[in-house]
Amino acid sequence: MNKFKFDWLILPIIGVVIVLLTWHGLAGRKVFKLTDTVTKEDLSALVIALPEGAAQWNAVAAQLKNKQIEAATATSLPPAVWTAVKDSYEEIRVGPIPDLPNVAETWISSLPYMKEPFAKRGEMDQGILRFTWYSLVLVSKGYAIALLIGVPIGFFLGLSPTFTKMFDPLIQVLRPVSPLAWLPLGLILFMRAGPEAGTYAALFTIALCGMWPTVLNTAVGVRAVPQDYLNVGRVLKLSRWKMLTKILIPATLPYMFTGFRLSLGICWLAIVAAEMLTGRPGAGGFLWQEYNALIYEHIIFSILVIGVVGLILDRLMSLIEARFKAIS
Amino acid sequence: MAFLELKNVSKSFDGHSVLSNVNLSIAEGEFVAIVGYSGQGKTTLISLIAGLTKPDSGEVTLEGKVVSGPGPDRGLVFQNYSLLPWLTVYENIALAVDQVFADWDAAKRQAHVEKYIAMVKLSHAKDRLPKQLSGGMRQRVSVARTLAIQPRILLLDEPLGALDALTRATLQDEIGGICQSEGKTVILITNSVDEALLLADRIIPLTIGPGATLGESVPVNLARPRDRAGLNHDPEFKRLRALVTNQLLGFNAARQTSITRKLILPNILPENLDAPRVNRPPRRIGEEKDETLTVA
Ligand SMILES: Nc1ncnc2c1ncn2[C@@H]1O[C@H](COP(=O)(O)OP(=O)(O)OP(=O)(O)O)[C@@H](O)[C@H]1O
Ligand SMILES: [Mg+2]
Repeated sequence: MNKFKFDWLILPIIGVVIVLLTWHGLAGRKVFKLTDTVTKEDLSALVIALPEGAAQWNAVAAQLKNKQIEAATATSLPPAVWTAVKDSYEEIRVGPIPDLPNVAETWISSLPYMKEPFAKRGEMDQGILRFTWYSLVLVSKGYAIALLIGVPIGFFLGLSPTFTKMFDPLIQVLRPVSPLAWLPLGLILFMRAGPEAGTYAALFTIALCGMWPTVLNTAVGVRAVPQDYLNVGRVLKLSRWKMLTKILIPATLPYMFTGFRLSLGICWLAIVAAEMLTGRPGAGGFLWQEYNALIYEHIIFSILVIGVVGLILDRLMSLIEARFKAIS
Repeated sequence: MAFLELKNVSKSFDGHSVLSNVNLSIAEGEFVAIVGYSGQGKTTLISLIAGLTKPDSGEVTLEGKVVSGPGPDRGLVFQNYSLLPWLTVYENIALAVDQVFADWDAAKRQAHVEKYIAMVKLSHAKDRLPKQLSGGMRQRVSVARTLAIQPRILLLDEPLGALDALTRATLQDEIGGICQSEGKTVILITNSVDEALLLADRIIPLTIGPGATLGESVPVNLARPRDRAGLNHDPEFKRLRALVTNQLLGFNAARQTSITRKLILPNILPENLDAPRVNRPPRRIGEEKDETLTVA
């Protein structure tokens, strides 16, 4: 494998192609099926009735001989012929999973959202980057709250065995709870907050779900600070505040950033759930809306966008994390 | 009155006695070396003096006052350097100086830091992080950081233990020179009798644990400055070295036991690389042998 210099590029592309082919194989496609009441003779009569009908019929007879014709065949017919026979056919979807849009359909249907990524055609009909931007803004607020609450809790847990004994069991219980479960509670908490209740509930959910990795990694990091570093501070008689800012926090930063990265991933998971349940415009809200509007192509498109954005966020955080890891 | 005094100090960890009934008295300006085997409580002893650990019984007094915790009057050079990895050489030393001389103005503190960096010959590397330094350079930063806070007494815990012989010799001369010119009271922990003889006014061996204590101290009346090359031929040096070494070996001999154990040599022979490569089984031998060991 070392022979290929572009392994890192070629192999992922092969992987993507395999998945796309599988998807395409499983997906459905649009075909035209001859209505049961119409016979071959009726069809030929319709075509022959056209000007120069006999010649036309000879030309297309082979293509119309089956009860079912592909969408591509239909568009390749002379327009006049297709117009004449169109009403004799009904449009149906066939394939292993008929309702699953295929690759081509998804691509074509998503193009407008990518071509004009910042367009605003309506509340729920906007360019994909605009939607993503809404989601990112909400996530960053929730994430900021998660960090502001999570870091101090992590420090308390790391520094005080009593605090750990008191709250660790509770944290272990709350940590696995899904965002979908927190959101209704958030909606109740902020029910009287007026029109912004949905936003507050979403922020509550994002912050609550996202803070646990920060809490736990910070706690582990604080416990892992080498005793020698603390001894340096003790010999110098550093004040508690200086001990915290000059020694504990810098020594814990690499762990904290691992927590920050994992937290961001969870916040991004939670935003989709929060938007779906509150119907806010955003990447997740768009997905839910298009499901209700039966535009299944856009669901797949949204999933891909959410995944790619999540990946980019994770990579950015890894870069920052690596910088801190490199120092200590 | 002694400058630093330990009275009947004992310390044990989890029921294992490490030090028992340690008595020590050091005069101001004296350079004392404590030599001992690894793992016998040297770091524990120096931590007790530094105040980082509390004795189970007995007390440590500095200038008549009981030591109750760590403080910058006792400057400790840690065995493993303990530089903060996220701070540069300058920042590591400045952290200490800014804390201890908080009442000085910024320019004075900066000059002070620079002075000590220069003293350990690291001015060219002052903006480097510890990981960008060699072991010897790190050790020098650690020494500079401790000297810069101008402690009443300098505690050096095997400062050169992790260094190669050449670097070690260079740093011995540097540390010796600095301590001499500053006229500091120093306790040097070391496992090298030569190092102790080169630097100290008095050598105290640490006996072997459990419950180690300090043995009889040996005054070193060699003229200063001591020259490493010349000392090797000095009869007094030779006598002292034999004395201290025998004292240490004596502790060990008293507790020597011997065991016989069965050794199984690795069941493999060098491969014949000229033989054809296919289906070449590893060549093996099976051999056992008895070996008698004396263990401390
Ligand atoms: N915090 C501690 N908890 C438990 N045991 C300890 C602790 N510190 C030291 N010990 C034990 O005390 C004994 C002496 O340790 P110490 O570090 O003082 O040895 P040392 O003489 O400095 O060894 P070295 O030359 O290898 O540095 C060892 O057996 C060690 O296991
Ligand atoms: Mg030690």
